[in-house]
Amino acid sequence: MEKFSTHTGVGAPLRRSNVDTDQIIPAVWLKKVTRDGFEEGLFSAWRSDPDFVLNRDAYKDATVLVAGPDFGTGSSREHAVWALQNYGFKAVISSRFGDIFRGNSGKAGLLAAQVDEKVVQRLWDYLDDNPGASITLDLESRTVKAGEGVDAIEDSFTIDDYTRWRLLEGLDDVGITLSHEDDIVAYESTRPSFKPVTL
Amino acid sequence: MGKTLAEKIWEEHVVRRHEGEPDLLYIDLHLIHEVTSPQAFDGLRLSGRAVRRPDLTLATEDHNIPTTDLDKPIADLVSRTQVETLRRNCEEFGVRLHPMGDIDQGIVHVVGPQLGLTQPGMTIVCGDSHTSTHGAFGSIAFGIGTSEVEHVLATQSLSQAKPKMMAVEVVGELPVGSTAKDLILALITQETTGGGQGYIVEYRGEAIRALSMEARMTICNMSIEWGAKAGLIAPDQTTYDYLQGRPSAPTGADWDAAVAHWDSLVTDDDAEFDKVITIDASTITPFVTWGTNPGQGVALSGNVPDPASFEDDNERVAAENALRYMGLEAGTPMKDIKVDTVFIGSCTNGRIEDLRVAASLIEGHKVADDTRILVVPGSVRVRLQAEEEGLDVIFKDAGAEWRGAGCSMCLGMNPDQLTPGERSASTSNRNFEGRQGKGGRTHLVSPDVAVATGILGHLAGPADLAELEKAGA
Repeated sequence: MEKFSTHTGVGAPLRRSNVDTDQIIPAVWLKKVTRDGFEEGLFSAWRSDPDFVLNRDAYKDATVLVAGPDFGTGSSREHAVWALQNYGFKAVISSRFGDIFRGNSGKAGLLAAQVDEKVVQRLWDYLDDNPGASITLDLESRTVKAGEGVDAIEDSFTIDDYTRWRLLEGLDDVGITLSHEDDIVAYESTRPSFKPVTL
Repeated sequence: MGKTLAEKIWEEHVVRRHEGEPDLLYIDLHLIHEVTSPQAFDGLRLSGRAVRRPDLTLATEDHNIPTTDLDKPIADLVSRTQVETLRRNCEEFGVRLHPMGDIDQGIVHVVGPQLGLTQPGMTIVCGDSHTSTHGAFGSIAFGIGTSEVEHVLATQSLSQAKPKMMAVEVVGELPVGSTAKDLILALITQETTGGGQGYIVEYRGEAIRALSMEARMTICNMSIEWGAKAGLIAPDQTTYDYLQGRPSAPTGADWDAAVAHWDSLVTDDDAEFDKVITIDASTITPFVTWGTNPGQGVALSGNVPDPASFEDDNERVAAENALRYMGLEAGTPMKDIKVDTVFIGSCTNGRIEDLRVAASLIEGHKVADDTRILVVPGSVRVRLQAEEEGLDVIFKDAGAEWRGAGCSMCLGMNPDQLTPGERSASTSNRNFEGRQGKGGRTHLVSPDVAVATGILGHLAGPADLAELEKAGA
């Protein structure tokens, strides 16, 4: 996984709440057996609308998505994270994420930055007033910044310590766990015999 | 201070605990299907890793499986490739697979309990958010993404921050004509899709104790729809009676040892939950959704709400969007909404009890003109059991379609899909835009409401069916 420390990129305001993972990538796209090529399916139902935010010129190079509360609810499909990444997104900002989506983002290297709902509203307004403007996310200091001068937005975002550390270091989760294999072996020796097996 | 049920199970599975890190939890059972596993197996191959415990892993084919023409190869080539990929992966890595055509094939969350692999006190994961279903047995069960599937395949463990604990106390008795599905739909609407977020939820109280195992699975299944990490119910005699004698249930001395342990899996009297919600089951009436997330619901006897009635800006905008997508007017009585397709099935309501209820209600009736009913058993064994009881004949006599087993129209990865604008009453779990097919409009309902709707052609409940019968008599 690539290291993530700070990112500055065009912000896209997605003025919707409850964006479930079926909206991010519909099931018909889940038949692929690779991790790439999902960008076409990203928000595919909404992208047929010419007014959809990602169809507007100002946002075509967007890398930071700013969404309403409960982003990434529903299905566990990690394809939703891959679709966002394949499209070019490096980070999603929301006031509340679906648990599984947030976990998947951390594993796959997409920053899911949780902010206060008021910050989302301010970023939306700022991006609407300044189409194509950038947002900066600094993972080291857990801050989000946009704009300059008196109207500048600067606030903190939350992400758990462990995910932050892994993203900063670009570490492979499986590798970390396998370094504790002794603990797994020790645990396995204590499992009761009544636990079921499949073979 | 005492511990909650979920805390006890959690503590029993901690492999490693270290300051500043999530706990490393051991996973007792890893369920796999064709959609969320191919990239995980690829990851293993790339890093030269094996499946650590194939004996704690089970695969089945469900999401892509057609429910007709079962004797032919899958017509959709992309679906076929995905299913064949699973078969190759299972063979290469030594994982037991129940493929199409196998008597134990079916929806992964129907298959696990049916085999007796789902037992109290376990940790169970699967690359599928409805893994919460297995919590009905008093286990911690939750959905994971593909990176985590790879992690569990390689290590049989998962690093997880311990969630907070919530109790949902369901007091009183469910009235006749109201079901576990109505209860959970009403709860999700009350708490919204994010209300359970960050919590493992224990469903408790007399109304829960009175439920069958299959009804408990319906409740736990939809825990994810209000954002909970997992939902679970303490095991009791109902659980043991359901389990005993199933192929993977313990036997002899192991059974006794298991029961002795399972008996300890209750929340201590002095345990404290981070949050407690109380619901009175006696107030629950048939409940349906009107919108495009499972938290947008209303009593079947109610009306489509006015978006202006929502105080929260986001909820109001979401309601406006939902009514537009659903093609509904505020104020319309729910029972006036005409329905094209009724889907009875899924990991929420595709088990034998659901089919028995549906068959008992449909017997002697005919499906309404211009409406179709699809009945899709949750597994091959559910289908065979239903056929042994003659339920298939009852459905077919009424004009319903009797299909093969799988996820089917719950998410439309197989050919069972809605067309744009087509409206369904579905016993499944999600009414998201396009979930059942692009442009499809879904109302989530119980099996009872599904059948009444299919017979009357508009959203309706068992009471409406009884009126029809009275009028007919």
